[in-house]
Amino acid sequence: MALQVEHELHGRRRGLNRGLGLILIGLVALVFVLTIVKILSLGDIAELESFDHVARPQIIPEQEGQPW
Amino acid sequence: MTDASITDASLTGPARGAASPHDPELRDFFALLKPKVMSLVVFCALVGLVAAPVAVNPFIAFVAILCIAVGGGASGALNMWWDADIDAVMKRTRNRPIPSGRVTPEAALALGLALSGFAVILLGLAAGPVPAALLAFTIFFYVVVYTMWLKRSTPQNIVIGGLSGALPPLIGWSVATGGIAIEPVLMVLLVFMWTPPHFWALALFVRSDYGDAGVPMLTEVRGRRATRNQIAIYAVLLVPVALGLAVSSVGGPIFLAVAAYVNWQFLSACLAVWRRNEAQAEADGYAAEKRAFKVSLSYTFLQFAALLAEALLQPFGYGGWDWVLRLAGAA
Repeated sequence: MALQVEHELHGRRRGLNRGLGLILIGLVALVFVLTIVKILSLGDIAELESFDHVARPQIIPEQEGQPW
Repeated sequence: MTDASITDASLTGPARGAASPHDPELRDFFALLKPKVMSLVVFCALVGLVAAPVAVNPFIAFVAILCIAVGGGASGALNMWWDADIDAVMKRTRNRPIPSGRVTPEAALALGLALSGFAVILLGLAAGPVPAALLAFTIFFYVVVYTMWLKRSTPQNIVIGGLSGALPPLIGWSVATGGIAIEPVLMVLLVFMWTPPHFWALALFVRSDYGDAGVPMLTEVRGRRATRNQIAIYAVLLVPVALGLAVSSVGGPIFLAVAAYVNWQFLSACLAVWRRNEAQAEADGYAAEKRAFKVSLSYTFLQFAALLAEALLQPFGYGGWDWVLRLAGAA
């Protein structure tokens, strides 16, 4: 059953909660856009693949004498 | 028992559900961040960032400035948490969120710590470890070294503590370059050495209640004559710092002209304060002291605005000394 009783206290706290909600949504948006900007600023796609710190021989430039 | 009856009891009872006359609002938490101080921090950091010789992605610059502002605000909240006892005694600070009861000290502490961590970590992710470390140091210096230690123990509190307020241009510069250089250090020095005469000029003509709150002020501990001497010394020492900035890579003819004007104004105002004694000051209602304070208000702003102008004119070929040297070479 939903709470029906409204009180002035709820009104005041609603303002605080809404403000906090907007700040948190803003933070998520900020980190998301920052991630996009950082990725787009990479010069080479190999740098992106290195972001998870997993060695991938296929993204290492081929050198003479190496079998791959 | 229904939900409605639970709610009714919680609202009408005297316990935690009761509507407090000072239930915090969002603006009370915002006031903890000292927004006026934050705006100065943002401006100085922005000038440091724009004056640096490396271009920054505008969004990364925005995030960096936001982090510096939030970090500055967080240190303001931690300052208000620690100084709540002093703030409750002094008239100027009595209505701040904690002494007025609108925000609990625990909430201010939590906000300050959370925002400090957020600002430093996000700045590190956006701009690298050097600006993040500098921001962390700034917050530490303001909260621990100035607020907790120096403020109540020495009349030189604002001299040393002023370093934390002076560091934002260096943080802004390091966002762009990833390191530090002589130019932002000179900007830091300019703000650092401006702070004492600015505050002491005010302290000479405003009867503060710092003494009642147990905060040692130079005017009360060492006397008003010593304060006048110190104001003159700092005003003289500021001149070579401004000249150094003028001939550095971020300076130029615009900055030199502005710096020459404001330093002349400030130096003459401070020397007028130095030449007077207390009887002369009282006779004309502290006119010279008020003038020195008034000039000090625009001193750093105008010089930083000139640095900003030099940086913004650079892409058009009119920033710095290069175009002047070109003109001189062609003539």
